[in-house]
Amino acid sequence: MNNLILLVPLLPFIGFLVNGLFRKSLSKTMTGVIGSGVILAAFAISIYLFLQVRSGGAIPTSVYFDFINIDKLNVQFAFQVDQLSSLFLLIITGIGFLIHLYSTAYMHEEKPEHFARYFAYLNLFVFSMLLLVMGANFVIMFIGWEGVGLCSYLLIGFWFKNTNYNYAAKKAFVMNRIGDLGFLLAIFWIIAKLGTSNYADVFASVKSFTPAELTGITMLLFVGAMGKSAQIPLYTWLPDAMAGPTPVSALIHAATMVTAGIYMIARSNIMYTIAPFTSHFVAIIGLATAIFAATIALKQNDIKKVLAYSTVSQLGYMFLGLGVGAYTGAVFHVMTHAFFKALLFLGAGSVIHAMHHEQDIRNMGGLKKYMPITHITFLLGCLAIAGVPPFSGFFSKDEILVGAYNENPLYYYIGLAGALMTAFYMFRLYALTFLGKFRGTHEQQHHLHESPSAITFPLIVLAILSVFGGLLGIPALFAENAHSLEKWLDPIFAGSHEYTTAHHLEHSTEWMMMGVSTLLIVVIIVFAWRSFSRKERFEENKGFGKVLENKWYVDELYDNIIVKPLNGLAGFFKDVFEKNIVDGAVNGVGRLVQYSSRQVRLLQNGQVGSYILVMVLSLIVIVLLFREQTVIVSALRKIF
Amino acid sequence: MSLVEIIFWFLSGLALISAIMVLLSKNPVHSVLWLIAVFFAISGHYILLNAQFLAIVNLIVYAGAIMVLFLFVIMLMNQNAETEPRSKSTWIKLAGAIAGGCLLIVVVAAVRDSENLIQNIGGKAYAKTAVTTHGEIGLIENLGRVLFTQYVVPFEISSVLFLSAMVGAVVIGKKD
Amino acid sequence: MPIHYYIILAATLFCIGVIGVLTRRNAIIVFMCVELMLNAVNLMLVAFSKLHYGTYLKNGAMGASGIDGQMFVFFIMVVAAAEVSVGLAIIVMMYRNVHSVDINFLNRLKN
Repeated sequence: MNNLILLVPLLPFIGFLVNGLFRKSLSKTMTGVIGSGVILAAFAISIYLFLQVRSGGAIPTSVYFDFINIDKLNVQFAFQVDQLSSLFLLIITGIGFLIHLYSTAYMHEEKPEHFARYFAYLNLFVFSMLLLVMGANFVIMFIGWEGVGLCSYLLIGFWFKNTNYNYAAKKAFVMNRIGDLGFLLAIFWIIAKLGTSNYADVFASVKSFTPAELTGITMLLFVGAMGKSAQIPLYTWLPDAMAGPTPVSALIHAATMVTAGIYMIARSNIMYTIAPFTSHFVAIIGLATAIFAATIALKQNDIKKVLAYSTVSQLGYMFLGLGVGAYTGAVFHVMTHAFFKALLFLGAGSVIHAMHHEQDIRNMGGLKKYMPITHITFLLGCLAIAGVPPFSGFFSKDEILVGAYNENPLYYYIGLAGALMTAFYMFRLYALTFLGKFRGTHEQQHHLHESPSAITFPLIVLAILSVFGGLLGIPALFAENAHSLEKWLDPIFAGSHEYTTAHHLEHSTEWMMMGVSTLLIVVIIVFAWRSFSRKERFEENKGFGKVLENKWYVDELYDNIIVKPLNGLAGFFKDVFEKNIVDGAVNGVGRLVQYSSRQVRLLQNGQVGSYILVMVLSLIVIVLLFREQTVIVSALRKIF
Repeated sequence: MSLVEIIFWFLSGLALISAIMVLLSKNPVHSVLWLIAVFFAISGHYILLNAQFLAIVNLIVYAGAIMVLFLFVIMLMNQNAETEPRSKSTWIKLAGAIAGGCLLIVVVAAVRDSENLIQNIGGKAYAKTAVTTHGEIGLIENLGRVLFTQYVVPFEISSVLFLSAMVGAVVIGKKD
Repeated sequence: MPIHYYIILAATLFCIGVIGVLTRRNAIIVFMCVELMLNAVNLMLVAFSKLHYGTYLKNGAMGASGIDGQMFVFFIMVVAAAEVSVGLAIIVMMYRNVHSVDINFLNRLKN
């Protein structure tokens, strides 16, 4: 069993090595087969592991070797496959495989060398992500955490000849670094306090923390999650990360990597449960991000940017769920979001592929008849994310919102407003892309075509998952004990249940909430459909719309508050500090040596008399020293 | 005060005064003469210590040969009080004198307390004494025997040293 | 005589020699002071030789103890003679070149 578990991350790693090392000699077909094959194999093993966990509970921690062994600190390289990580394994390898398959077609225009490089990065990413979720302690998680950050950087800057893409990659890396520092400090803190970073040990002795310490650690962990999962204030990298190839956006920046923060908090749920301050903070940040990103998405015209802000917004919902204690809901939403957001991104990729890298939805429209499969799957994805019953998004979002209502009704109302905005911008996107008349050039129109089966197959699979994935978590309202995910994850969140009192809303209230939200969402969808499906002309945004189109000017704000002062400071250091103090010190050392050597040279005056004088003085000193020594020797002799 | 002590003090005083006069004389010729006086005093000490051979050799080699050589050179160069180079400042002299004085102090201080020079007589510590007026080791007979048996190799090597010094002197002193 | 008297006498003579070397600028006088220092050492050696002679005699050892010191004095004289011959030759050569015996002219080491 140990070896089998090890094989799950090892297979993508082998794929990475083979594709990376032999990228110049492998054909595209070979690269595609290797790159996708290893993920498929990992997926097969993941299913087996999942079934094992299902039949026999969590698999005992598999220890491979001592990763760090210093004095009392012993960090083991160990994997832990339990209910939570086996679920993530399925998501990562399953969706990962579909996206690899998709990429073989999407990236086919690349040269073989770059094609192989792409697959090597992608495999490395899957490897890192698997480390992240399988690690049995925070250190292994951190390795994966950094690995996915690196792969994200490499893949955002995949087309490295474009300077803007490189800036985007750099931005993602730097933003992540800020978060990673928080995570790292939290790990140090835990190790300093407990001397171990194993999940089992840490969560078992969670009571030995003082409340202040626990708040500090959980806050620092959350800072890490903010960076990786793109929450306010560190979210700005994610929309820019759309510079990477679209399958990358689907895999890394929608389905898996950005949910690492949710995974981490869900994994350490017990710490958050008994740190109420942090939990509230997480909820508020999540809610703010959800609503904030949704407003921005309303006015974006780039098909991928809309989806990116939508992702930020949905991640905000997940954090809201975590913050209000609806851990199952958050993980549920991770899963359903992985399905429908990957679907939407891949659909967008299919559109972009057909439109020859045109991403502006103002130049699209009427693609319905040219790309029927993409159209249908995209529509299903939109319905799922908008939360229309019985699609998957409805169940997961509803569960989070119910949890929010239990915590504070205000959270519920704001969250609902965000959900309505989600419905609006998704159907604006849908209508502008697929309905109405084609607004692009004739040449583009001429080349419009349905994508090959390697692209449509993942779309269809993901569409099915998006439609039916919600059935894993049917609320108690519809059928008692039908929430299979909650039962499945119960061992993980059992520790937290001790500290929380279960609320149960009146069924009538719940019915009403569900009915009202569904009604509002349908109204919004119809409104968006009607107002954008026939739209021909686009006027400049004015007033508030312009603010939204420019993303609330947050990038400019960061630029002015942080980047420019830093540049100014760097300029000051370069022009003043470097020149006067550093150079001054360096030159000063030289000048000092020169000056002192000129003075010392006077000793070497060639006058025999002065040499002899020095000789005599030295003799005096030597005799004095020697005399002292004899005194010391005789004293020692007396003692011994 | 015994006769030996009187002679010792007289010879010591002579040696020190003459040595100081070597330094103070402006005229190099006077310095040479004072130095010869020092050598005589030291030879007197040798005799007092019953080292007769060394006393004679000291007179012959130093006072006789070497000093004559010095005199020759001084006269050859026509050195006198007027040609004597003057030190630029008294500071250098003062510094030299202080340095030498310090050296004297530390050397005496270092040697004086040496355990090897102290002997116990009746539970009291006395300085060891150098045997004066008698003792056979300074006689030519004894020295000669040792010189030509135990020290014969260094003795022969010293002849080579002399030869090389002679050749060296000739080479250096040769005009061009 | 107590050996300390000889030590102080010889050390004083030696230091007078040192002071002479340090203060006089006439190369010949400097050279003479070196000879003075050598003689001070010689005196010391003879005194120690007799000291050891006395010590050994008291312990009933053979009568030739301490003779090594006097042999040393002899060899020092040998070396001194050789040294003087070469040294004076150098001074003469120096005088021929710079028409002075001032040691401050001997500062070629500086460059």
